[in-house]
Amino acid sequence: MNRQDLQTIIYAEKAKDQNNKYKHKLCVCCGAGCISSGSEEVLKKLQEEVKTRGLEGEVEVISTGCMGPCNQGPLIKFLPEYAIYQKVDCSNIAKIVQSQLIDKKPIEDLLLFSDSRTKPFINAKEDPFFKRQHKIALRNCGHINPERIEDYLVHDGYKALDKVLFQLSPEEVIAEIKQSRMRGRGGAGYPTGLKWESVYKYVSDQKYVICNGDEGDPGAFMDRSILEGNPHRVLEGMAIAAYAIGASKGYAYIRGEYPLAIKRFEIAIKQAKKLGVLGTHILGTEFSFDVEVRIGAGAFVCGEETALIASIEGKRGTPKPRPPFPAESGLWGKPTLINNVETFAGITPIINNGGEWYSEIGTPKSAGTKVFALAGKINYSGLIEVPMGTSLREIVYDIGGGIQGGGEFKAAQTGGPSGGCIPAEHLDVKMDYDSLISLGSIMGSGGLIVMDQSSDMVDVARYFMEFCMDESCGKCVPCRVGTKMMHDLLQKICDNKGTSIDVARLEELAVYVKETSLCGLGASAPNPLLSTLRHFRHEYDSRIDLE
Amino acid sequence: MPIPDLPKTDPRVKLIAAKIKKENRKADALIEILHTAQNAYGYLPMNVLKYISSELHLPPSRVYSTVSFYHFFSLKSKGEHTCLVCTGTACYVKGAQLILNEIEKQFKLKAGQVTPDNKLGVQVARCIGACGLAPAVVLDEEVHAKVSAEDIVHKINAKIVAP
Repeated sequence: MNRQDLQTIIYAEKAKDQNNKYKHKLCVCCGAGCISSGSEEVLKKLQEEVKTRGLEGEVEVISTGCMGPCNQGPLIKFLPEYAIYQKVDCSNIAKIVQSQLIDKKPIEDLLLFSDSRTKPFINAKEDPFFKRQHKIALRNCGHINPERIEDYLVHDGYKALDKVLFQLSPEEVIAEIKQSRMRGRGGAGYPTGLKWESVYKYVSDQKYVICNGDEGDPGAFMDRSILEGNPHRVLEGMAIAAYAIGASKGYAYIRGEYPLAIKRFEIAIKQAKKLGVLGTHILGTEFSFDVEVRIGAGAFVCGEETALIASIEGKRGTPKPRPPFPAESGLWGKPTLINNVETFAGITPIINNGGEWYSEIGTPKSAGTKVFALAGKINYSGLIEVPMGTSLREIVYDIGGGIQGGGEFKAAQTGGPSGGCIPAEHLDVKMDYDSLISLGSIMGSGGLIVMDQSSDMVDVARYFMEFCMDESCGKCVPCRVGTKMMHDLLQKICDNKGTSIDVARLEELAVYVKETSLCGLGASAPNPLLSTLRHFRHEYDSRIDLE
Repeated sequence: MPIPDLPKTDPRVKLIAAKIKKENRKADALIEILHTAQNAYGYLPMNVLKYISSELHLPPSRVYSTVSFYHFFSLKSKGEHTCLVCTGTACYVKGAQLILNEIEKQFKLKAGQVTPDNKLGVQVARCIGACGLAPAVVLDEEVHAKVSAEDIVHKINAKIVAP
C-alpha cells in the first residue's frame, strides 16, 4: 500500500467519524486491572443492554485500554458527557443506561469517586484526578479501541511516520528529538536524541531497534498499560526511530507476565503490516522496517540493556561490561538502539508538534511529562501522567486523594528496587530526574508506592534487598555475594538481633557493591538501604543493640 | 538418535516441532521454543529439553542453563491447580505475606512446592503489574484482586475439591 492508499483510508475513516451516526460512545475499560475486576463481563452485558433497548444505531460500545483509576474498576465512560461510572456491577447496568442515556440524569452514587468525594463530578474531566494530569504518552489510552488500527488512524495515527518519511531527513528527525530534550523513560534518563545520534553515526549493513517492555520493577505498570491501551503509538515510535538511525529490523521485548500486552501488540503489528505502515517499502518508499515480539521469561536483570540483548539472542540474560555500548555493538554485534516503551510512546507527539513544544513542558532539565503508577496505601491508585516537576504532595494528595483510611503519609518509594524512599519532610520535592537523585532515590520507570505509618522501613529495605539478591544474575561477585550479605544483615536487624557494627558493615558494603558491580542492578541495589538509612535512621537505631 | 519416552505422535511434541520449524531451527529462538514447550506441558520435562537441544544442535548444558536462569520456566510440574501470590511492592505493602503464610499453613506446603496429590501448586510472583488492585493472587490464570487470606483459601478449596 502506498501513501495515497493510506490517506484515502484515513479520509474515509475520518469522514465516517465526523458523520458519526452514533450520538453516544460508551467506553468500557479493558486494561488488565479492570479485566481482573470483571470488566469483560460488564462489556458483554452493556452490549446486550444496548441491543435489547434497540439503541445500536445511536450508541457505540467499545472496549478500551487503561483509563487510569484502576482501583475503581470496572469502569464505563459515557461520551460525549464524559461521565465515568465506577465499580460497575452487571446488575447495575440496566439502571445506569436508563438514567444516564435515556433520562439524562446521572446516578451520582455510582459515579467515579462517589464513595470518597462529598460530591462526585458528573464530567470526570473536572475531577482533580484528571484535571491535574497532562496526558501525552497516555493520550488516547482509554478512548480508542487498541485492537483497531482505524481508531488510531482517526486520532492522527501514523501521521508522524508519514511526515518523517516524506518531509524529514534522518538528521532532521534526530535534531527534532534532541531539541525536545526528552530523556529516556526507562529510568536512567539518558537524553533520547543523543542516544539516537550515536547509533546513527555508526556505519553498518544492519542496525536494530529494540523496545524495552521488560517492566520488572515491582510496583510499576506504566509500560503494560501503554502497550495494552495504545500499541500502535509504540509501534509508530519504533518505526520513526528505525528511519532516523537506519535500522530495518526491530524487536519488542515484553514481559511474559503481560499476556494481554503481548496479544495486543501482536495484533497491532499484523494490522500495521496489512496497511503498509510496517514491513517492506513502507508507504511506497525505500524504507523497510519489520518488528517481532520477544517474550521475556521472568528475569529482572533483563531490563538492563546488554542482558536484554543476550536474552533476545536466546541466551541466559547476563549483562556485559560497557563499553562497547549497544549503540556500537549490540544485538548480534550490530549497532542497536534500545528505548523504553514510554519513550517510544512520546515520539509521535514530538514529531507532530515539534521538539520545541515538548521542551517547554516540565522543567528545564527534565522536559515533558512522566507516567506514574500510583499504588500502595493511597485512595486512588492507578495510572497517571503529569508534567515533570509536579510536586510529590500534589500527586499524593490532589491526584491520589490522600492516604487510605485517613492514615498518615510516611514515605513514597520510587524507582523500585533501584530507587529509594522519600520521607514526609520532602513531600514538596519536584518529581524530576535530578531532584529525586538528590534525595537518594531515582525516577526509575515510574512506580510510585505510597506507605503509611504501618510500614516498617527496615523491613522495606530488607524486602528490596531480598528482591535484588534473588534477581542477581550471579555473573559478578560484588552483586552476587554483596546482596546476599546485605540481606542477611538486614534480616538480622529485622529480627532484633543486630548491633551497631552490623549497621556500619551495611554502610561499608553498600558503597563497595555500588561502585564495583558490573551492571545497573548491582550498582543500584544498595539504594533502598541507603535511602532508608538516610531518612529513617532512627528506625534502625531502635532495633539494634537490644541484647 | 531417537529420544526415549517422547512419542513423535504426541500432539504436544508436534506443536514444539512446528515451532522449531517456524523458527528455522535457529539457536536464538531457544527461549521462544521453550515458551511453546512450557505452554504445552505446563512445565519443561527433561526429555523435552533433550529433544529441543538435539533439534537446535545446542549442547544440553546450554539449554539447561537457559531454563534454570529464567523464573518463568519450571523443571517440575506446577500442580493441577496453581496459585500464584504476587509479592510485588504494592502487594507487600498491603499484606501479601500474610496471605502467603495462611495459604502455606492451610495447605501444608511452601511456596514453590506442590501438594503430594499434585492438586495444588503454590508460587510467588515478583509483580504481576496489578498494583492498583493489591493484594492480588492469580488462581489458574484468573487474577483475583484485593483478596483476603480467608477469601483465597476458600476459593482454592472450591477448586481442588471440585471434580
